[in-house]
Amino acid sequence: MPAGPWQGAWLALLLLLLAPAAWAGGDAARGRAIVISRQKGLCLLCHSGPFPEERFQGSLAPSLAGAGRRLGAAELRARITDSQALNPDSIMPSYGRASGLRHVAPAWRDKPILTEAEIEDVVAFLLTLTDD
Amino acid sequence: MTWLLALLLGTALAQPRSGALDMSRELQALQADDSANPGMLWVQEGEALWQRPEGRAAKACADCHGAAPASMRGVAARYPAWDTASGAPLDLAGRIQSCRSQHQQAPPLARESEPLLALSAYVGLQSRGLPVTPPEDPRLAPARARGEALFRERRGQLNLSCAQCHEERAGLRLGGSLVPQGHANGYPQYRAEWQALGSLQRRLRNCMVGVRSVAPAYGAADYVEIELFLAQRGAGLPVEAPAVRP
Ligand code: HEC
Ligand code: HEC
Repeated sequence: MPAGPWQGAWLALLLLLLAPAAWAGGDAARGRAIVISRQKGLCLLCHSGPFPEERFQGSLAPSLAGAGRRLGAAELRARITDSQALNPDSIMPSYGRASGLRHVAPAWRDKPILTEAEIEDVVAFLLTLTDD
Repeated sequence: MTWLLALLLGTALAQPRSGALDMSRELQALQADDSANPGMLWVQEGEALWQRPEGRAAKACADCHGAAPASMRGVAARYPAWDTASGAPLDLAGRIQSCRSQHQQAPPLARESEPLLALSAYVGLQSRGLPVTPPEDPRLAPARARGEALFRERRGQLNLSCAQCHEERAGLRLGGSLVPQGHANGYPQYRAEWQALGSLQRRLRNCMVGVRSVAPAYGAADYVEIELFLAQRGAGLPVEAPAVRP
């Protein structure tokens, strides 16, 4: 490859092509456990989804069924990490953000709801939800 | 045209709906039947306490107020009210606490203690069926405005406000629970979840802890301020004390 001003662009393109492989880092089975958990992910407080064994699914948000067909990994990650950056009025908690919150109870203070690794697991799981 | 829309919208929002209307038939029947409503056990206890002399003054509530069905009728429907002595609004339990210390000269009853819940339930019962009627006392306005601000402020790690659930999403489901409009007309109330009678403050703490927020200590001014606002937005609803809820 010739050295020169194009090198950076080639590198960027290469990274972009490799990126989906890096996104596959999450573990879908762990992600599923987080999504249905009432203590950890809390997703089913608001969402419903293809979880026939789970009673008590919420109706405050759209169903998660088909989320992996409608949205790509980057969109899912952005949605979960900071939903309120996409839509300031969203009631969906910003799972990866720990700042800008008020009156947080001591046990949860300065911690995001999910770690980056946990968010990757959830993304990996949501990508498997391709049927409506 | 816009005006008409605003008016129609205004009337729609001005129709408060009691949480009782969205409960199962079984719970509605339990609330309506005094021989089955578990809250009536506390009412009986409260009736006994009403008659019992207490403190250094050795006076019973009845010694000052007479028969509760006459003297306490409508009282719960208009609380929280302004308390001139402390220069602050008081909720009903706070009023009972202050009567106990000032007039009975008795040791304080803790918030959420059985005797305070029992007396609150007995006094509350005397307003059953009467419309919630917040006083138009201008001294209450600043505290009520603070209560509304608390109601609209996002809080906790989940970053949700009371209004986002109880104003914008009432009638939808949070997990298995129907989100009620969040009115305060049935307190103290028996919750199946608690297996006990509890105060409005206990309910508000549950909602705050649910969004992973700090919940102020029992008796904090925040709760009375929120209750002032809740009374205003629920004005006209019938008092249901002691209500039953899931
Ligand atoms: C308190 C409510 C709430 C919780 C909890 C919640 N969400 Fe959401 N979510 C929403 C709402 C409401 C929307 C619709 C868009 C908006 O208003 O932001 C949404 C949108 C989404 C979307 C986009 C759906 C689509 O088809 O466009 C995905 C994906 C999603 N949420 C996943 C999750 C996951 C995974 C969790 C748990 C880790 C979760 N949500 C927890 C309320 C919530
Ligand atoms: C994430 C949603 C949510 C938030 C935020 C929330 N609540 Fe609630 N609230 C509920 C649910 C659900 C119930 C009913 C629980 C049940 O019936 O088991 C409830 C019940 C109530 C009730 C009892 C209503 C009745 O009929 O007895 C009151 C009052 C109330 N909330 C006030 C508040 C206030 C004030 C705040 C803010 C400090 C708040 N809530 C925040 C979900 C919420």
